[in-house]
Amino acid sequence: MSENTNANKDYAVIGKSVPRIDGREKVTGAAKYTGDLSFPNMLYGKILTSPYAHARIISIDTVEAEKLPGVKAVITHKDVPTLKYGISPARWDENIFCIDKVRFVGDKVAAVACIDEKTCYEAMKLIKVEYEVLPAALDFLTAMDEGQPQVHDEYPNNINTEIHQEFGDVEQAFKDAHYVRTDRFLGQRTYHSPIEPHSAISMWQDGKLTIYSSTQSPHYFQHYIAREFDMKMGDVRVLKTYVGGGFGGKLEPTGLEFAGAVLARITGRPVKMFYDRHEMFAHNRGRHAQYMEITTGVDKDGKILGCHANFKMDGGAYTSLGIASAYYAGALLPLTYEFDNYKFDMFRVYTNLPACGAQRGHGAPQPKYAFECHLDEIAKDLGIDPIEIRIRNARRPNTVTPNEFGVNSCEIKSCLEMARDMSGWVEKKGKLPKGRGIGVATGSFVSGAGYPIYRTNLPHAAAMIKVAEDGTAATLYTGAVDIGQGSDTVLSQMAAEAMGFVYEQMKIVAADTETTPHDFGAYASRQTLMSGAAVKQAGEEIKAQLLDMAAVILQRDPSDLEVKAGVIYSRTDSSVTLSFADAAKEFFVRRGPLVGKGSYAPPKLGGKFKGAAVGTSPAYSFCAQISEVQIDEETGVIDVLDVWDVHDCGMVINPGLLHGQVHGALYMGLGESIWEQVLFDKNGKLVNGNLGEYRLPTALDMPRVHSGLIDSYEPAGPWGVKEVGEGSTNPTMGCFANAIYDAMGVRINSLPLTYEKVWKALKEKRELEQKQNK
Amino acid sequence: MNKDISLVVNGEARYINVPADKTLLDMIREDLNLKGTKKGCDAGDCGACTVLLDAEPVNSCLVLAVEAANKEVTTIEGLAKGGELHPIQAAFIKHGAVQCGFCTPGMVLAAKAILDKNPNPSVEEIKEGIAGNFCRCTGYKKIVDAVLASGRNIQG
Repeated sequence: MSENTNANKDYAVIGKSVPRIDGREKVTGAAKYTGDLSFPNMLYGKILTSPYAHARIISIDTVEAEKLPGVKAVITHKDVPTLKYGISPARWDENIFCIDKVRFVGDKVAAVACIDEKTCYEAMKLIKVEYEVLPAALDFLTAMDEGQPQVHDEYPNNINTEIHQEFGDVEQAFKDAHYVRTDRFLGQRTYHSPIEPHSAISMWQDGKLTIYSSTQSPHYFQHYIAREFDMKMGDVRVLKTYVGGGFGGKLEPTGLEFAGAVLARITGRPVKMFYDRHEMFAHNRGRHAQYMEITTGVDKDGKILGCHANFKMDGGAYTSLGIASAYYAGALLPLTYEFDNYKFDMFRVYTNLPACGAQRGHGAPQPKYAFECHLDEIAKDLGIDPIEIRIRNARRPNTVTPNEFGVNSCEIKSCLEMARDMSGWVEKKGKLPKGRGIGVATGSFVSGAGYPIYRTNLPHAAAMIKVAEDGTAATLYTGAVDIGQGSDTVLSQMAAEAMGFVYEQMKIVAADTETTPHDFGAYASRQTLMSGAAVKQAGEEIKAQLLDMAAVILQRDPSDLEVKAGVIYSRTDSSVTLSFADAAKEFFVRRGPLVGKGSYAPPKLGGKFKGAAVGTSPAYSFCAQISEVQIDEETGVIDVLDVWDVHDCGMVINPGLLHGQVHGALYMGLGESIWEQVLFDKNGKLVNGNLGEYRLPTALDMPRVHSGLIDSYEPAGPWGVKEVGEGSTNPTMGCFANAIYDAMGVRINSLPLTYEKVWKALKEKRELEQKQNK
Repeated sequence: MNKDISLVVNGEARYINVPADKTLLDMIREDLNLKGTKKGCDAGDCGACTVLLDAEPVNSCLVLAVEAANKEVTTIEGLAKGGELHPIQAAFIKHGAVQCGFCTPGMVLAAKAILDKNPNPSVEEIKEGIAGNFCRCTGYKKIVDAVLASGRNIQG
């Protein structure tokens, strides 16, 4: 829809929709993903998992499996380190293989390495595991009750994480309020479902381990693999080729890396491990199901005075990144609207189900769904238009949230106004025929986490640029991870802009712990701002050196010179020019390699209370979304017709890629809103661990999308950038739920907003109306 | 039990001895070493393994290799000619229809199957034609745009 309003600024490379740097490789099928790689003498490995949700392991007999021809190794907990691991250092609770008991259907028990895949499956059938089946805790809403089965003996009442935070005085705010309302909502388990299944290939040489992995963070993998095997980080190399989507699900090392490394060491051969689609669902680490009770007090104008969020989340059998998910769920809630009094209570509960973790929007989308529905209910009760109540409460720039997050740029009010105008809200609201409805919601997200996942003083991002000897090309070396979102392209644009060079001659080497400088990777929407800041610094270092050389060649003062798009010129004499390439070549001849480096660490952020770090960020994105839906009264079928998405995401480096992120976030939000949910039977077995029955939306399910941008500049980001990829997921569920309410007058208080729930709610409403009419 | 089959792959005659229970997908990836055809689910859900079998799009994970005997198979590697991208491939780049790229080979071939039958499809026809191919990144919008545009290009 709208053009990028930053494009008129005087930039040569950024702000433009250049084609992806990896486009040609990807459309020709030449792009290699981890599963496409093979190495001489390579073996294949698989992990045997538990068929029971909760059971004691009595014995494991691998003798028959070992005898099968083609089997090269069979390993269990006896063959691997017993050190517990996990991506969250606060709660390491996972073993490479289960020792005493299994905790969910899919828990890791043993692994095999064989000459081919087929033999792996045959070998696994020959491993005899004797279990004593135990009662399982499958419902997170009751798992904390007395007498429930205990998932981990170390964590009584199945409490994995408990949070109680209060800022200001919520009780007083409720006393002062004109109106106080409580609503309750339930979210579902969803799974990232990247189209590329996880793969890892491990190999050893001279005591050093190399792992090719479909990973979002080579750094965290390297850190945790080195820790598990008591190795120096320098002896572990983790790298990726192309990654076929992650969305949070490839952020932590899995059994593929840990078991694969051991199998490769025992056999002395490279071992390729992979998950099939069902195993991906079982490994999970997707979105937590959350129960959300929200109470809010407002004045007579609908201004929020205080809010109490009282949540519970289904953690599954292990912590994964769930402590952060639990904190994020409450921490990000006060971002979009301004209020001073806020209370957040949360229990993350262990159950005998696959572990949940980080998924696009990390912790925030479901609470946002709950809050946006809740706010619409308040607006209805007070007779205020839904957009009006949001504008009245909209956060302003340069404010601080009650939980001490500093917000610099913030254009949420403009986002709401633009979405209202684009969608024709004023003409439509309250005037659409029955069955047709319009709804609104907002979102916000961090542009990178203020603190890394484990405690370290490493900078968050670093970059190097090397200009080719003849000056005609430059290579960016970055630890940032392109998982499809386009960071390789955006960072190459940034490098070229900072150097005064051209994008078309940029090359990139990324995400390899050996050849590229450190970066924490692709999560928390951090790379455009954080990795970008490091890249900008590296580019500027090149530029300074180049202009210094040019000044010698041209016999001018360096301050008189500027370089842009590959041409050095004088600021005062337009007849003086020199090509970037000539100056760079001369630099190499006289001074050696032309190299620039940069690094980025955010300033110290946040307050001092427990959990204060989670949700801190140098900058926050904001967005508003409006959707129009058509409901079939007979069947409850929801047809989302149009969605208007307006973003405040700072300076836009590549508008084409940015809109691609918005469309993709909307697509994921759409799926989670209406169809997607991971389901289990009464024994904790997955019943829909495949893409068809999980109900991933197809092209036919997508509404018309109109995305708009608000001109904004974020002082904390290089060139004023901030995030877009995750924040865009946040408004969708609430937005659709509000549109459904507008269409039919029924409030669906649980996700997904299925046709069946809408049909049932309509039926109940009809029956109630009939009863009242009698 | 193995079978000898002959088939044409991307215009070249191939003779392969293949197990009777091997899928076309595994034969393409393992025996022909053409890794552009992706395995996303091995169950016919995702469409990442789409190839053209006698010009018809198929999930190659649901077709046995022996069923391709005496037929013509087109994989993603067969589209660009002499380093020149096929117009659909060029349109995918130009319109930003590629993100992680894992669905892209199958999506491009599904698009080719649509356009080979109807060079001027409507948006709905394109959506129908790619409904068997999941993309988790793009929300399909730019893919539809790219197919629309390449239809016009091929025609014009």
